[in-house]
Parts: sequence; structure tokens; C-alpha cells
Amino acid sequence: MTLDSIAIEGGFQNPVFDAQTIFRAVMQAMAEPGTIHKGIALAKPPAPLTPEAAAVALALCDQDTPIWLDPALAGDEAVRAWLAFHTGAPLANTPADAHFILAADPEHLIGLENFAQGSQEYPDRSATLVLQVNDLSGGEELVLDGPGIENEARLAPRPMPRHFTRQWAQNHARFPRGIDLILVSREGLAALPRSTRITSQEA
Amino acid sequence: MYVAVKGGEAAIQNAHRLLADRRRGDRNLPAITLEQIASQLSLAVDRVMSEGSLYDTGLAALAVKQARGDMIEAIFLLRAYRTTLPRFGYTRPVDTAAMLVERRVSATYKDLPGGQLLGPTFDYTHRLLDPELAEDAEPAAPEARSEAEEAMPRVSDILANEGLIEEDGSLPEDREPGDITREPPEFPMERDQRLQALSRGDEGFLLALGYSTQRGYGRNHPFAGEIRIGEVDVEIDVPELDFPLTLGRIRVTECQMVNQFKGSQKVPPQFTRGYGLVFGQSERKAMAMSLCDRALRANELDEDITAPAQDEEFVISHCDNVQATGFVEHLKLPHYVDFQAELGLVRQMRREYEERREGAAADTERREAAE
Amino acid sequence: MNAHTDNIAQYNFAYLDEQTKRMIRRAILKAIAIPGYQVPFASREMPMPYGWGTGGVQVTASVIGTDDVLKVIDQGADDTTNAVSIRAFFQKVANVEVTTHTADATIIQTRHRIPEEPLNAGQVLVYQVPIPEPLRFLEPRETETRKMHALEEYGLMHVKLYEDIAQHGHIATTFAYPVKVEGRYVMDPSPTPKFDNPKMHMSKALQLFGAGREKRIYAVPPYTRVESLDFEDHPFEVQTFDEPCALCGGTDVYLDEVVLDDRGGRMFVCSDTDNCEARRAEGHRGHLSGEEAAT
Repeated sequence: MTLDSIAIEGGFQNPVFDAQTIFRAVMQAMAEPGTIHKGIALAKPPAPLTPEAAAVALALCDQDTPIWLDPALAGDEAVRAWLAFHTGAPLANTPADAHFILAADPEHLIGLENFAQGSQEYPDRSATLVLQVNDLSGGEELVLDGPGIENEARLAPRPMPRHFTRQWAQNHARFPRGIDLILVSREGLAALPRSTRITSQEA
Repeated sequence: MYVAVKGGEAAIQNAHRLLADRRRGDRNLPAITLEQIASQLSLAVDRVMSEGSLYDTGLAALAVKQARGDMIEAIFLLRAYRTTLPRFGYTRPVDTAAMLVERRVSATYKDLPGGQLLGPTFDYTHRLLDPELAEDAEPAAPEARSEAEEAMPRVSDILANEGLIEEDGSLPEDREPGDITREPPEFPMERDQRLQALSRGDEGFLLALGYSTQRGYGRNHPFAGEIRIGEVDVEIDVPELDFPLTLGRIRVTECQMVNQFKGSQKVPPQFTRGYGLVFGQSERKAMAMSLCDRALRANELDEDITAPAQDEEFVISHCDNVQATGFVEHLKLPHYVDFQAELGLVRQMRREYEERREGAAADTERREAAE
Repeated sequence: MNAHTDNIAQYNFAYLDEQTKRMIRRAILKAIAIPGYQVPFASREMPMPYGWGTGGVQVTASVIGTDDVLKVIDQGADDTTNAVSIRAFFQKVANVEVTTHTADATIIQTRHRIPEEPLNAGQVLVYQVPIPEPLRFLEPRETETRKMHALEEYGLMHVKLYEDIAQHGHIATTFAYPVKVEGRYVMDPSPTPKFDNPKMHMSKALQLFGAGREKRIYAVPPYTRVESLDFEDHPFEVQTFDEPCALCGGTDVYLDEVVLDDRGGRMFVCSDTDNCEARRAEGHRGHLSGEEAAT
């Protein structure tokens, strides 16, 4: 297959309704941090971009939202062409200019503070990170607390960015500034908004 | 027994049927056509296009008809349609110096290249009701210009040659002109977005604000440098072509107000400008807009902000008549839940007031009895 | 899907174009991540007037899907004209199932009330908001109020409430009573009576707020602390009514006062019409219901 045909195939089957399905999954995940939402593999992008991450990108990104890709994705011409064709989103010049970050290799992701944090007046002008993880339940368990969580929630994604708990504590400390995380794996998606605290991590 | 009011849906449908009937009016008379509206009530159509910010005389005429002549309702109809239209691209800035001019007057020069051209104006008509018009008298054919047209440079360009007036405003290299219909406005605003808001703004509101600057509420010493009405080309850049493509022509009214300026720490004394540009023929709106534009530049020009017309947040937040009419008229929606809350509070406060008064009266009695 | 799309060939599903929906959806996600913070969004001109629910309609249109069941209330009632009109709009442009039963709805769009029946997990409550800025009547300038929120500087609000106490002996705000969300942002709950404020606290439902004319979206996620502003010596109190609902006999509900004649005759009935009907179906009766109580 040529690069061109890879680029134009694999989008949503039903753009209007698929986008709504994915958005609702992200919305519920963001509203109830730690919950896992299934049935989101609605796109067929070229690897290493996963169907789940691609679906989130299709649902939320467009000409108005510069994207930054981690080296694992940025190095793949087919991925770049596919995203450009299906979302129209420009690639950000620097990590700090991006509205959305897509990362296929979260373990080696640059520090969270490199992405747009928003300002104290406009904390919404911040980045949303979409991390492709292997799974959401096999890693070290994170115990979560904060808005959207009745008592406590648990999530065990892997792999995660280095020193994630410490980085997340710093991110939360910047509230209302800070980044929000969407984690995608074959199990589905989960989210950690900046309002979520990680209260403990089992060794 | 009490039965709650039901059947809102039927009531709404009946209201709409009655509205359609009233709109039609006397059925013994022919219904007015869109062509008649567009050609004989063209200034109404122009206003709807201008404040509806969509240039389409047919749709604007339909909006006027559907709104029974209610201008703001017609503007609202056109805006609600506009918002559903896809954006294919953005045109180049229109070149008003190259306008096919139908009217052009300058109050700052007795004569100037291209001359003064009165055009189709109400100015100097004596406002006497015309019985002949009531009887459909055919007017005489207009006089057509015969001589070759002389170039008509803009008055601002003439003044600029002498260096006496500030240059045309320009955006920083990396800044695309804003669009307040696609991005939430943020204060303080850049002038491009402000001008867009003013051009869409309510004619009456801007007229009153412009008037207030003349009466001393933020006076800015205006001269009508030039008002021109006519058609301009609308051009778009196409990536594959190395020349712009002309999409068609639109009629616009431009007003350049020339304002005296004493200078500031940063800027030498010179004339400054207030700018107005609207769709169609609407001199009043373009002039009012240019007065407001100039007044709103107070901050940029280091002037004291003392008057409503200079207050950007106040002017821009309240100049949109579709927003204003919606929110004023929403007061007729049911508010009985909140009113109930207020009823309860007023009753409680009355009770407390009475108690305090009775308490005070009893105290006085007791004191008197003790004495 | 075809049955849906055929019916609404002239509009996109749920009226808004996809780019607009994405823009609103992104704003909603930010709003959820920063509870109580007003996210600016590029509100569109809708086919109904500003001030009549354009913000709520845009939020609902961006959230709704074909599986949703929609309920629309105004003043607590499903049959008020603007609720009827908005419900009909979504039936037309999204061909969505509608209901008047609070428990059956997945999305509830409301103006001025929160249903009496506690909401469930997974439900979304969409508020129509006229003036989203709780500080607006104390400071009309957006440039100033934005700074106050940024600095968490809410002294002005406390001064205003305290002036009430000094003058009247209690706080004289009965609706749109300001709340603090998760200990950070002071938020306008929309013009609901303060009676409804406690329902926002730790609600199981997601609460979304749309202000179309003012171009703001904000949110309260489920299980989020929502505290009405008050003072230690003047704790927050909700309205109480002296009599039960004349139709269902309900107490601890918000009542509408209905004037019966011009001689001062009046009765009090439930503002939440669905809750009132459900109670009557269960056999509850008030003194003017005109029906025998079920035995």
C-alpha cells in the first residue's frame, strides 16, 4: 500500500456518531477519574499509533488544535500523514505550543512541565496528554482521590512516565494550572484530570 | 380541584399559525415578493446584511419578510443561518481605494481629485411627505455620468502624502485577523476584533454613543474626512494560483473620520483616524462606527478614559442587538420559581420589620409605665 | 443510523456542525478538569434567542447521542413553553427519545431548578445559565473578575453577604446563591433557588453549565464538594414552606404559589411536576387533589 492510501483509510466509519461515542467515553472518564471505558477502538491508524489513541485524536483534534507527537510517533511518516489527513491538526513547533500530546512511549516522555500549563487567569489554556499504555490494570496501583471520586479509585497503568507519582504531585500542586491525562490501552480509556490526587502508591 | 396548565405544544403551534396569518396580512392584497423587498426596501436589506454579517440580498430580503419588518428579528434570522455555513476560506482585505464609487463626499476639502459625488442620498431632500409616491408615480430616469471617470484616491491617502495623519493600522506579521464569531472575545481586545464587533453592532446603539462623544462625553474632534459608497471586488488567494481570484462584488459604505490629536509622549501631533466599514449603503452606521472606533482607541493613544463610548468592555459587550434583545426579552420567560423565593424573603423581612416595630412600641410602653 | 440521518437531512445530527461540537467538547473536558472554573468558548448563534437557553442547548447538542433519553424542564416543569420548545428542537434535529421521568433520563436540561429526586450516576444535568459570573453584580468588568478568580480573591463576595446580615439580620440572597466548588472556585449555580444548592453537593450526576450569550461553560463533576457560602454565626439555610403540596402532600420539596382568585386565595403545589405526578401515582394525596387517597 502506498503512503497516500494508508493516510486516507482507517478513519471513523461513522464520523458523527463515532466522535460522539468517543467524546462521551472521555467525558465520563474525566468526570470519574480511574474508571475504564471500553469500546473505543473505532479507528484503524498505522502503527505505532493505536486505534484507541487515534480515536481520541479524531474525536477531539482539528485545525484549531496543534498536536505534539513523541519521538516514537513523530518518527513515523505514515502516522504523521494519517493524523494530518484525518484531523487537519497542525504539528506544534514546540511541546509548549501543543493543545494535545500523543505519546506512544510514555516511559521516555519528557517532563510534564514542558507542556502548556495554562495561566492563572486562563488555566484552560493547557495541554491534554494522550498516553498509549500497555494496560490499565497491570502496573503499580495508583490510589486516586478528588472530584469525581466518591471514596477512592484505583488504576494501575503501565508503563508510565518516569517518577510519575512525583511529577503528578507537582502537576496537581499547580492547580488550577496543569495538564490533564488520557490513558488508552486495549482495555479502553481512563483519565486523570489535574484535579485528581494520587494518595498512595503500593510498592 | 386544581389542574396544572398543560398543552404547551399545542399553544406554541397555534401561536405560530396566528403569526403566519398576521405576517401575510390582508389576503386580498398580493403578497410582497423578495425581489420587491430587495429592490424597494434596499436600505432595510442592507442593514440586515450588515448587522447580520452575511452578504446575501435574497436571504436578507427573506429575513425582512419573515420578520414582518422587524429589523432586529431579521438580523437574528440571518445570523442564525450564517452560523451554520461552512468556512471555505478567508478573502483578501477589500481595496476601497479601487471602489466603483457611487457616492463620495469629503467634509475636509472643498474639492479634491475625483470630486465630490452626492449619489443617491437623502441629504438635501426636504422631508416633506410625497403624495405622488403614494400613488406610484414613476420617477424620472437618473442622470448618468458621461465623462471618463477620474481616479478617486482616499482622503486618508492624500493626507498621508503630507505625513499629517497616522498610517493605516497594521497587524503584527504573525497575527491573523481575529474573528469574534469563531473565538471567544477577550478583553482588552485588538482593534481588528473591535472593528468586527462594531460593524455587526446595533446602529442605534452606536449612533447614540457616537453622538455622546460629540456632546463632550469623550470628545475626539472629528471631521468627516471621507464617506464613500460603492462596489468593491472580493478576492481570494488560491494556493495553486499566483494571482488572487475575484469572487464577485459587494456594495459597502466606508467612513474615515479624521480626528485632531495633540500628540503624546510617544506620538507627535498629527491627525488620527476612526474607521467605519459596513455592508451595503448605510452612512449613518459607518459614521457612528468610526466615531466609536476612535473613541475606543483612547488607551492606545494615551488618552484619559472618562466616557462610556471610550469604555471598551462596556461598548463591545453591549453593542450586539441580537444578544441584547435575547436577554432583555428573556425576562418574559417564566421566572416564578425565583419570584417565589423572593416572595418568601420579602414576607419574612416584613414580618421581622413588624416585630421590631412592635418590640420597640412595647419597650416604649414599658418605659412609660415604669416612669 | 440511516433512519436518524434521513429524518434530519437538512441539519447535522444535533444541529451543530462537527467542528463546533469538537470545540465545545474540548471546553467541556477542561471545565470538568477544573471544577467551577468558567471556560471561555466560541458560542454560536443558535436558532433560539440568547437568554433562552442557547448555552444549555449547545452543551446538550455536543453531548447527546442516539442512545440518550432527554428530559427538559423549566421552573421544574416539563410542560412550560420554553421546555416544550427546546425538547421539540432536539426531537427534530437529533430524533432523540424524550421523557418527563427524571429517573429515565440520561441527560436533563434545566432552567432554574434541580429535580427533587436525587440524580443517579451516569446522568448528566445541563443548566442554562444567564450570567455565569458570580461576582458580576459586585464588579461588572470581566477583566477584574477574572483576576479575582485567578488570585482566589473572594473578599468582595463575603463583604456583600455580610452587609446583608448587618442590614437584615440574615443573608438576603434567595436564588443564584453563590457556592464554592471543591474549596477553590466561587461559582454561580445559575438562578436556581437556594433550596436546590445542597443537591449539588456530592451529586452522583455530572453537572454541566452553559452560558451562550456570555460564552462560558463550567462544570461540577460527580462527587464534588459544593458548599454554599456562609458564616460560622450565620450558617446557610434553605427555604421552608409552611404547608405541604396541595396535590401530592409532599413536604421538603420546593413549591409554587398559585393564585386562585383575587381575594387572596392561594395554594402551594410542587414545582417539580414529574416528582408530584410520581408521588400521586404512588397514592400520595394533598388536600386539593380532588381524588381519594389510595388505600
